[in-house]
Amino acid sequence: MARIIVVTSGKGGVGKTTTSAAFAMGLAERGFRTVVIDFDVGLRNLDLIMGCERRVVYDFVNVIQGDANVGQALIKDKRSPNLFILPASQTRDKDALTVEGVGQVLEELGREFEFIVCDSPAGIERGATMAMYFADDAIVVTNPEVSSVRDSDRMIGILSSKSRRAEQGQEGIREFLLVTRYSPERVQRGEMLALEDVQEILSLDLIGVIPESSAVLNASNAGSPVILDRDSNAGKAYSDMVARYLGEDLPHRFLSVEKKGLFGRLFGG
Amino acid sequence: MALLDFFRQRKSNSAAVAKERLQILVAHDRRGGGPSYLPQLQRDLLQVIQKYVAVDNDAVTVNVERDGGQEILELNIVLPD
Repeated sequence: MARIIVVTSGKGGVGKTTTSAAFAMGLAERGFRTVVIDFDVGLRNLDLIMGCERRVVYDFVNVIQGDANVGQALIKDKRSPNLFILPASQTRDKDALTVEGVGQVLEELGREFEFIVCDSPAGIERGATMAMYFADDAIVVTNPEVSSVRDSDRMIGILSSKSRRAEQGQEGIREFLLVTRYSPERVQRGEMLALEDVQEILSLDLIGVIPESSAVLNASNAGSPVILDRDSNAGKAYSDMVARYLGEDLPHRFLSVEKKGLFGRLFGG
Repeated sequence: MALLDFFRQRKSNSAAVAKERLQILVAHDRRGGGPSYLPQLQRDLLQVIQKYVAVDNDAVTVNVERDGGQEILELNIVLPD
C-alpha cells in the first residue's frame, strides 16, 4: 500500500508546488516508485514546474469522470524512470473532485506506486481538502512571515479534524514543518522570524529548512525540480529533507550567516 | 549600500513584533475555531443544567485549546449566587 503525502500550506506562493516537485523527484531518485498529483483544478502549475506541460493529454478530472484511465493520464518523467505526474484539469471547476472519485484514483495508484505526493492548492476549499483527506503524512510549507505562519496554523487544525484518518478514528496524519525562503541574514538583522520562533508557534516536527535561493526561480524557469540543481543550497536542503522523511537523522543546514571577508562586507555579496 | 549599512549597524526588530502578534493571533484563532460540534455541545449542556439549576443562558462556556499534540476541552459553568 502506498504512503500518501500531502504538501499543504493554506497560503499561496510559499512553495507547495516547488516542494512537491522536489520531494517527489527526490523519492524517485532514491528508487521509490512515486507519483505526484496536482490538486489545483483550474490553475494547474505542477506540469510547468516539472517541465512536462506540453505532454499533458488527459488529466485528473478526466480520470475521475471516466473519460480516460489512469494509465492514459499519467505522464512519465523524462529524468527519473520511477517518477510519474498526474496533472490537474485546467478547464473544469474544482467541484469535479469528489471523495469517491479521488479515493478510487488513489486506490488504483496505490497498487502501482510506493509514494503518492499530493500537491495541494492554496486556500481551504475543495481542492485543498481533497488533497489532504486521504493523506497519511502532511508536509506543511511555511514562510517565516506572519500570514504564512497563521495560515499554516489553521491548516494544522484542519488536518487534525478533516481527514479520513480522523473520521475513521485511526492514528492521525503525521505532520511535518518545512520552512522555505529562509534568510539567516535577515533573521540576524531582526527582520525575519527565526526558525525557533516559527517552530515554537506551530509546534511541529521540523523536516527541513530551505534557504532563500535564486536557484528556485531558475529551476522553475527551466521546468526542472530544484532538487536536481545539486550545487545549490536549496537543492541540497531539499535532498536533506527527503532523507529525513525516509528516516535519516541529518542536522539542518544553511541556518546561519555565511562568514564574509572584508571585501564582501564592504561591497555586499 | 552595504558600506553604509556596515557603519550604521541598523538593528530593526520587526521580527520580535511579528512573533508577539502571531502568538496572540494564533491563540485567538485556535480558541475561535474549535471543532464544529462546540456550539451544539454548549446548547445541550445548558439545557441539561437548566433542568436542575436556574442559570442564565450565557452561563456555560466551552473552549477547546490545543497544546502540542493534546487537545484540552475547557468547560466553564457559572452558577447563580
